[in-house]
Amino acid sequence: MHLALFLIFGGLAVLAALNLLLQRHPINSALSLVVVMMSLAVLYWTLGAEFLAAAQIIVYSGAVMVLFVFVIMLLNAGEEERTKGSKIASIAGIPGAAAIFCLLSFVFLTEGSKLGLTHLGGTLDEATSNIQQISSLLFTQLLLPFEVTSVLILVAILGAVVLAKKER
Amino acid sequence: MVPVNYYLVLAAILFTVGIAAYLMKRNVITIFISIELMLNAVNLTFVAFAHMWNKLNGQIFVFFVMVVAAAEAAVGLAIIIALYRSRQTLNVDQVNLLKG
Repeated sequence: MHLALFLIFGGLAVLAALNLLLQRHPINSALSLVVVMMSLAVLYWTLGAEFLAAAQIIVYSGAVMVLFVFVIMLLNAGEEERTKGSKIASIAGIPGAAAIFCLLSFVFLTEGSKLGLTHLGGTLDEATSNIQQISSLLFTQLLLPFEVTSVLILVAILGAVVLAKKER
Repeated sequence: MVPVNYYLVLAAILFTVGIAAYLMKRNVITIFISIELMLNAVNLTFVAFAHMWNKLNGQIFVFFVMVVAAAEAAVGLAIIIALYRSRQTLNVDQVNLLKG
């Protein structure tokens, strides 16, 4: 059950990410990222992180991506044209990305003797307890970081207003 | 039951696609979108490790990453709008004010 869910939604996430890379129009990239985020929400849910699955859908694919799509529509961004710079970037970018992938997979697979023995999954039906634990941890031990994020959001809002304001 | 390796390799694949898009795209908005993809890939490893060790700290870290990403998206898109106003383009090759 868990393996089937992982294969379906992990494969969907990889396909949508590749679609993000290959599409030329920004709006297509943004909509593929929504698919990636939705499939990751399902994966969080299979890992017993129900609160994060809901937050992923509401915050990321709801709020952040709507902002992205809104800005793309506002600026009327068209297809990116192939230039000399984009050719140089793809020649230089592919080996770099491949090297990082090889490094990450090497580390993950060589540590597999320790990590791979642990099998995940199995808390799909204890939904409420998880949220209780998260909130009690967040409002006791981690109360200060939680309050600091509110200051961060306030500063971000003010910064966005100042930056986007029309100069006169 | 899925081995934890599978989740980590999936996160590595997503992170790599994010880096490739970051390096290869020439549009500012698409570059910004690929940063969000990389943040999501890292979040997946946090959740997988949190489940593996039966600790909630990883999940709470993902919560903070989401908050910071939302704030970053608001400021970054405002910067993109200001950039478009002054340069009339979204192509990073044509944004070279700092070039000597």
